[in-house]
Amino acid sequence: MPRNGRSVIDPGGLREHAEDYTLLWGLVLVVGVLSVLPLARLLLEGIAPGGDFSGHAFDRVLSSRTTWTATGHSLITALGGTVVAVAVGGVVSLVVSLTNIRGRNAFVFCFVLPMMIAAQVIALAWLQLFGPSSPLLNLIGLAPALGSRNPLYSPGGIIVVLGVQYAPLIFLTLRAGLRTLPRELVEAALAGGAGPMTVLRSIVLPLMTPPLVAGIALSFVSCLGNFGIPALLGIPANYLVLPTLIYQRLAGLGPGVLSEVSVLSMLIGFIAIVGILLQDMMLSRRDFRISTTSSVARPFELGPWRLPVEIGLWSLSVMVLVLPLIALILSSLVPSVGVPLSSRTATLANYEFVLFGHDAARRALVNSFALSATAAIAIPLIAVPLAYFLVWRRSRLLRIVNLVTEMPYALPGVVLAIAAILLFLKPLPLLGLSIYNTVWIILFCYLARFLVLGLRPVISGYYQIDRTLEEASQIAGARLFRRLRSIIFPLVAPAASAGALLIFLTAFNELTVSALLWSSGSETLGVIFFSFAQGGDSTYAAALGTLTVLVTTALMLSTLLVAGKLPLGVLPWRD
Amino acid sequence: MARLTIDQVSKSFGAFRALNNVSLEVKDGEFMAVLGASGCGKTTLLRQIAGFDKLDAGRILIGDTVVSTPRSHVPPERRRIGIVFQSYALWPHMSVAENIAFGLAVAGIKDPERSRRVAAALTLVELDGFGERRPALLSGGQRQRVALARCLVTEPSLVLLDEPLANLDVHLRASMEDEFARFHARTGTTMIYITHDQAEAMALADRIAVMDSGRLLQVATPSELYREPADETVAGFIGEGMVLPVDVQSVDADGRCWTTLYGHHVRMRCAKTQKPAAARACLRARDLRIVALSAEGIAARIDRAIYQGGYFRLEAHLEAAPEKPLHLAASEPFNVAPGMAIKLAVADGWIIPGSEGH
Repeated sequence: MPRNGRSVIDPGGLREHAEDYTLLWGLVLVVGVLSVLPLARLLLEGIAPGGDFSGHAFDRVLSSRTTWTATGHSLITALGGTVVAVAVGGVVSLVVSLTNIRGRNAFVFCFVLPMMIAAQVIALAWLQLFGPSSPLLNLIGLAPALGSRNPLYSPGGIIVVLGVQYAPLIFLTLRAGLRTLPRELVEAALAGGAGPMTVLRSIVLPLMTPPLVAGIALSFVSCLGNFGIPALLGIPANYLVLPTLIYQRLAGLGPGVLSEVSVLSMLIGFIAIVGILLQDMMLSRRDFRISTTSSVARPFELGPWRLPVEIGLWSLSVMVLVLPLIALILSSLVPSVGVPLSSRTATLANYEFVLFGHDAARRALVNSFALSATAAIAIPLIAVPLAYFLVWRRSRLLRIVNLVTEMPYALPGVVLAIAAILLFLKPLPLLGLSIYNTVWIILFCYLARFLVLGLRPVISGYYQIDRTLEEASQIAGARLFRRLRSIIFPLVAPAASAGALLIFLTAFNELTVSALLWSSGSETLGVIFFSFAQGGDSTYAAALGTLTVLVTTALMLSTLLVAGKLPLGVLPWRD
Repeated sequence: MARLTIDQVSKSFGAFRALNNVSLEVKDGEFMAVLGASGCGKTTLLRQIAGFDKLDAGRILIGDTVVSTPRSHVPPERRRIGIVFQSYALWPHMSVAENIAFGLAVAGIKDPERSRRVAAALTLVELDGFGERRPALLSGGQRQRVALARCLVTEPSLVLLDEPLANLDVHLRASMEDEFARFHARTGTTMIYITHDQAEAMALADRIAVMDSGRLLQVATPSELYREPADETVAGFIGEGMVLPVDVQSVDADGRCWTTLYGHHVRMRCAKTQKPAAARACLRARDLRIVALSAEGIAARIDRAIYQGGYFRLEAHLEAAPEKPLHLAASEPFNVAPGMAIKLAVADGWIIPGSEGH
């Protein structure tokens, strides 16, 4: 039913239509190049590795034991991490959404913060917390004996840290669902004589199945694709998962093994798709639609239990956020690994070194800022007109476009990175330029991967605008570009800048893609951090990590000042 | 200013026929109300005229220019019309003056001229000095006037008003009705006024087009519409007319006739072409009067009496036709009780044209 869409497809021979038409197809082209082209190139490599149809690479990779060991490890850690995330995020979400605890906003901010900080920084912080050289444990005399193994270098460690990192995902999806739970459904059950726990078990949880399942799928795919945590915690224990296996192969042998790593990345992409399809299947089997819409359910009174519950929540926050971050900060003040921290030994030399003394680190700082800022500016410029068509000019073509924009983000980052290598290994046709081994290939991947991060807030921004505002400008004689510039851009600007910030933060903390794509001169902060951490320079890594945490937190806090202007739910850390 | 011609226009959304072969001619400078219940197709018609949607069949002309046919479509931005939206659709990020100036800026009109026309438009709607304010700081009536100024500043050939009073308080409506009427008198712009409120339509319009289920039922002056409804739907919709079967006995040359209504002789109005036959008549509440039980009249029985301040609205039925609900007014003091027997005298009625043989 392309009510308005038809005018786009039918050129009508007029200038106005030409403008619509050009913009729409221009956007389709951009999405095609960013989202479809790399993945199509990857698939081609799977069918015909290096241009021949022998299937040799397939056989070699799929008959290797390493492949299946890493796959098994990936499944174990992803499933384990998801279980931890569901347990922590689910309980927290129910308590925060359904009870009358105080200080909800502050708690949500703290609980969601770990998700916004780079996974590898979180992993290092946890390592610093529990290791033998833990400045924090040393301060209180509880550190494990020197020379003993850090207990986090293990599958269990990976699972716990993954779970903590992605618990906010479960929390957010479930919380969004709980917001739409109509109060009558709860009140009807209470009026029927059911106690709070019965209501929770028989009304709330069954109705919350869709967001919970969606959150589980999201969390599984995120755990599966995470590189930073298994890289920092798994590689030292020689416990490889698929992303770290791909990284090692590529780092060790270079582009010569491209066919092999493409098969590996298709394998991980396949697992992710199975996860997403399972979610769809589970949700299509039952009808979960809520028939009424009304105000949000009134919170349950906790009575005398309120204080203990609040203490419990904040202790969790202290355990998963505050203590690791303190450990990280303390480590960044230690002159060198193993030196006990005291007021006499504490130093800022590590900060000085990573900011001024290390060429690659300085380059990385510039690169990461430039890459993140470029992505954060360019993506809204694509997202605002694209969302205009997606929301207000629905058609079959646009439904496909909408789906396609999700793919580079939904699939693990290594998949996109390998696809981009395949796509850009040879110089660009016609231009004869090569962007491989430059910062541009990273930018391409950031644009592709984070497009959807900018698009989603803008789409919800459009849903909040009365369409007649655009129609009024159309009646006033304004053509499409004029309407976009003078009316629509200003109206969706708050949502678009929320998206821009989300993109900036994500790109700034990014490692998975750049770990595979960096070259000398195009390092990112993530890459430098990772090389410090791997090379044993954990004090430098801690200093760099502390800096990124500070930048991230400061930017997140600054958004709270303008939060009132934003559509609900576009900033995950704002409740 | 221009006339508007809507010629056999049809529009479907899936299986739903939103407009069914609608034809309407609006004269230059006319104030035309399009009246109908929600879902009757009046908003679809407005969107067709504005050019937001494409039509399936027929054509639309503004002045002598064809703007819509199934094959060609002038986009809204080129139709040179004005719309006052139900929600006003004032751009929240612009000041009142910027809102009004937007259409001029788009048309490339530069500054001394532009500010002069904005100021003139503000004066016209009596909002001098409000130019720098944000729309959010205005009252409902003021927003309405800004919307009107914004729409008129570009001197459109045709102004569409989409239920412009629906969002206002009752007491504001009367004064805004007044304002629209003065406005139309002063500017002489052709106006199409979409509404579901017949009192509004009657008060403002030169002519009213009544719509139902995507069809245009009747286009007439308010008085004609009330006195001489073209069919039973219009008769029932406008002024809550009651439709009863009658036998037309004889027709006079002056458009009057003698009828029998459930055995009683009643003088009614009819079309000059009306033939004596069984037909249907539209009766108004004020045509019905209670007479003494002993007097000449039609036996009826009261179902309900609703006190409305100074008078009762009586709901009743004829003994001979219990399935036809009637209503009439009875002034105080009046001793009423449901189930009471009464007698009704019928003073007037209108024979619905083409209702013979029903």
